[in-house]
Amino acid sequence: MAQVGGGGEEKGKGKGKRKVKAPPFIDMTPMVDLMCLLITFFMLTTAFTKSKVMEIVLPEKLQNEEEQTGPRIAASRTVNVILGPEDKVYMYPGRVEDFNNLPPLMETDYSSEGIRRQLLERNATLARRINDLEQEVLTGRLQISRDSLASSISRLKSDDDTGPIVLIKAYKDANYGNFVDILDEMNICGIARYTFMKIAWYEEQMVEIAAGISSTASPN
Amino acid sequence: MKKIKIKKKPQPNIDMTPMVDTFCVVLTFLMLTAQMRQPEPIEVNTPFSISETPTPDFNTMSFLLSDDGVFMNFDNGPDTLLRYRPKILVEMGNLYGIEFTEEQQREFEKYPSSIGVPMQNMVQFLNTPDAALRKELQVGIPIDSADNQLSMWILCARQVNPNIQAAIRGDATTHFSTVEKILDVLQTRNVNRFSLVTNLESATINLDEIPE
Repeated sequence: MAQVGGGGEEKGKGKGKRKVKAPPFIDMTPMVDLMCLLITFFMLTTAFTKSKVMEIVLPEKLQNEEEQTGPRIAASRTVNVILGPEDKVYMYPGRVEDFNNLPPLMETDYSSEGIRRQLLERNATLARRINDLEQEVLTGRLQISRDSLASSISRLKSDDDTGPIVLIKAYKDANYGNFVDILDEMNICGIARYTFMKIAWYEEQMVEIAAGISSTASPN
Repeated sequence: MKKIKIKKKPQPNIDMTPMVDTFCVVLTFLMLTAQMRQPEPIEVNTPFSISETPTPDFNTMSFLLSDDGVFMNFDNGPDTLLRYRPKILVEMGNLYGIEFTEEQQREFEKYPSSIGVPMQNMVQFLNTPDAALRKELQVGIPIDSADNQLSMWILCARQVNPNIQAAIRGDATTHFSTVEKILDVLQTRNVNRFSLVTNLESATINLDEIPE
């Protein structure tokens, strides 16, 4: 019997009277200790925050690379963004016409005052429209589902015909983080049209001039 | 009742039962929802983005990318009966003239993290139970043009599971030439749409300062 306290006092009370039994007392402390341990273990090993993914679609690769020409787009809307070494970004508008007289590059960085500002300035109309739409949904003036918000935004983007067309290129010393950063900036700034393409030899030269690296590119 | 003299002060007794109850509930919850974090062959710190799309659970082939090499992983399909993993291995074996036994296939199926073992060492890798030796054999999948096994893995994976989607889990400091190689391999296999695994961050845009 799980008696606590012993029956020492019972003798004096006579046979008829029963002592009120104390409820059996179990020491829970070791169990609590063990559970604490297990909870800590599970909490530390569980991956609570699931990582997210960012979708990207690249233009189809042609079998014959010589046939590949630059995209036929208006030079006035084109913005070339080159991912440079040491977390720098270089930009130049339009297209290079004269290879002997390369245009200067504009140097900036991945901060919100750097490349984001530059892109937003060029994409102000569309960015404002998207922002207004998102604000209306956030404040509850416009009640639509998440999916239809996404489709409205993509409709705004496909209707847009004034924003920049961004061509992203990577110099060989850039890293994967830069690549993701710039794609992320495209989403943040609501750029409707952008693509990633191989860097041209003259663009490599331009980066090398701007960053002060001795030239390694050959015109081929 | 007679008075009982209390000589000693009784020890304060804390009733642990409610605490134990709560702990039980929390513990059960954690045990049921736990998805064990598998140690990957290399440590990868993914970059940040604002994307909110969650990582798909099934039909993905993921590429672990860092300067130490490329590792890849498949899932077993939305249904455990599909057993995509061993099937992909068998396909790869056919291409490289290696026949895998039932046991080796099972070993491959239950290997929890990414694999970066060249096909030449695959049998040795699957036969050994020694974790240290296994780690040694994880040198990354060859991706140079002479022996492009990654391309073959992609081919086999897509043959076995046509719905498979590519996901790249790269370390932020990976040199871009490695990334370019992977993109190139994927594109030669006609995979033009893929996801980049990132962590969530917030971003603000300041439109007020920008002139109309």
